[in-house]
Amino acid sequence: MSKHRLLALFSDFEEAHAAIADIRRNEVPGVTVDDVTMKSPIEHPEVEEVLGDRPVHIPKFTLFGAIFGVTFGFLFLSGAQATFLVQPQGGKPVIPLPSNFVLMYEMLIFFAVWLTFFSFLFLSGLFKKRSALYSEKVSLDQVGIMLELDDAHTGPIKELFQKHKVLEIREEVVQ
Amino acid sequence: MTMATEKDINEQIAWAKINTDVLRSMENPRPAYWVTVAVCLAMISVAVFAEYIQYTMGMGYANLNNPHMWDLYIATFVFWIGMSHSGTLLSAILHLMHADWRKPIYRFAEAMTTFSLMTAGLFPIIHLGRVWNMYWVLPYVSDRGVWPNFRSPLAWDAFAISTYLSASMLFLFIGMIPDLAICRDNAKGWRKKLYTVLSLGWEGNDRQWRHFRKTYLLMACFLIPLAVSVHSIVSADFAMAIMPGWHVTTFPPYFVAGALYSGCAAIITLFVLLRYFFRFEEYMTLPIMEKTAKLTFAIAMVWTYLNLVEFSSVWYGHNMYDKELLIAKATGPYAPIFWSMIIFGSVLPFTLAFRSLRRHMPTMFVVSILLNVGMFFERWMIVAPTLSLAHEPHQWDVMWGSVVEWGIVFGSFGWFGLLFLIFVKVFPSVSMYEVKEMVFHRQRSTGEEDLIRMTDHRRPAAETAGGEELK
Repeated sequence: MSKHRLLALFSDFEEAHAAIADIRRNEVPGVTVDDVTMKSPIEHPEVEEVLGDRPVHIPKFTLFGAIFGVTFGFLFLSGAQATFLVQPQGGKPVIPLPSNFVLMYEMLIFFAVWLTFFSFLFLSGLFKKRSALYSEKVSLDQVGIMLELDDAHTGPIKELFQKHKVLEIREEVVQ
Repeated sequence: MTMATEKDINEQIAWAKINTDVLRSMENPRPAYWVTVAVCLAMISVAVFAEYIQYTMGMGYANLNNPHMWDLYIATFVFWIGMSHSGTLLSAILHLMHADWRKPIYRFAEAMTTFSLMTAGLFPIIHLGRVWNMYWVLPYVSDRGVWPNFRSPLAWDAFAISTYLSASMLFLFIGMIPDLAICRDNAKGWRKKLYTVLSLGWEGNDRQWRHFRKTYLLMACFLIPLAVSVHSIVSADFAMAIMPGWHVTTFPPYFVAGALYSGCAAIITLFVLLRYFFRFEEYMTLPIMEKTAKLTFAIAMVWTYLNLVEFSSVWYGHNMYDKELLIAKATGPYAPIFWSMIIFGSVLPFTLAFRSLRRHMPTMFVVSILLNVGMFFERWMIVAPTLSLAHEPHQWDVMWGSVVEWGIVFGSFGWFGLLFLIFVKVFPSVSMYEVKEMVFHRQRSTGEEDLIRMTDHRRPAAETAGGEELK
């Protein structure tokens, strides 16, 4: 049995949303909402109602970056200052905490921001070769639903899409 | 009775038109764009010539000598740091507050932040004189016998500004990725290659959007305290010194307010220019200009209030040196600059209170430039008078800056302008996907309001709250 990948293009977000909702309600047996990827020209947070909760782990990396930044900041600064013992301090502490706090604050933000950025790059599935089914219309004004499914399910799913006024269905054989 | 309000954007605008208009702007600006590029290049050449003189002949040509170790270069540094504040800071604040009118204008405001910081970063290097030692401004531990003093606000500056520059660039870049994908799908030649690399394979799937939303939100949350800290730290360059006029408790909020103020004024200037250069009348609309102008007016009043607080603290504090300096600023040789600062910074903003003026682009252009002239004077009046009238009377002096110094300061505006103009020609200066979002959500809410109105009409008036109004 061969696997197929489908891209259905809709002009109306509401119709695409309704089509995913139908898939969620198991209107096409054998196809689940976990097989669905929605592509859109703008962000649609409301689609999560039908796609279900899909985790985003970026805040964990941000937290790690923040903790690392503040710790590294303290160690870096105090390590550097500890080597200044030969320099006269004029009775001031070798490791002055108030001024170090300012720099630790900056380093907290610096590392938190960079870790957020890198985690975004790696967790959001960027840097992948675009699918042959990629449609430029998705970056213009159409909403796409992408599915990977068995040969037997392609007919019913196409019927479902037709019911929701699909504009175009593209298809490729994966294996 | 209902009052019709003017929309921030035409909600019926087609998404394809948004793409077409913005992409066309990158190919086909008005001739005035090229004239401005030429003016910027001419200004840069003045600065390059002035820097050449300073480099080959020495810092004496910049008139920088005891007690005027700091003068226009540092004032200009503070000015550009301030200019950088509104773009990213306001974009982040308005994003968190879900103020969607920011969407057509935030991109260029964030770019302004980046290029202002890059311009500001030049001034400590120029100010060093020995530009070949410019890496000494970076506080790193080394064996070269120079001990970085982490207690110094100047070292804090290096940390804060590099953090702010990198975070602002990331914020700008992340926000641009979906638009770069649009550019990639529509470009040809070198542009296609550039956008293909920069769009990082963006496809607009739900996983990418979900991560994008979270990342952008987190970045905005970090950028707000970062931006506030950066200008507070810049103010510490002065406030940590026990010099009359500088050792002021209100300096951090005063600097932050001043930074927001000059940044907002610069946003208005660039708004008018881009609207004209790229025919963006449908995106950079009059209601959005009005909102920006009102925001600028509010910040101008905060800045004015902080000025009054500073003056009254000095006046009633009875510190001899501070009071003498304040009187000298208002009545001495710097008085024309000081009063120009007050007029441009505190009086002129009242023009923004008039609706007809807020909607008149040439007026807004001139007013915004004058506001920034006032803010430049403010920074100059922080630096120069204190060094002119410090504790030692034998050092009292008046400093107006040399031709070389003014030449470099003048050229910095050309440098900023050129970087900005190149950016808006290569990258979309209006966020296409966010304008689409704005249109989409507004259409939806209008539809829902219509539905509620229709439903309410079918109900008996007694059941309808505010039923009188609907009749």
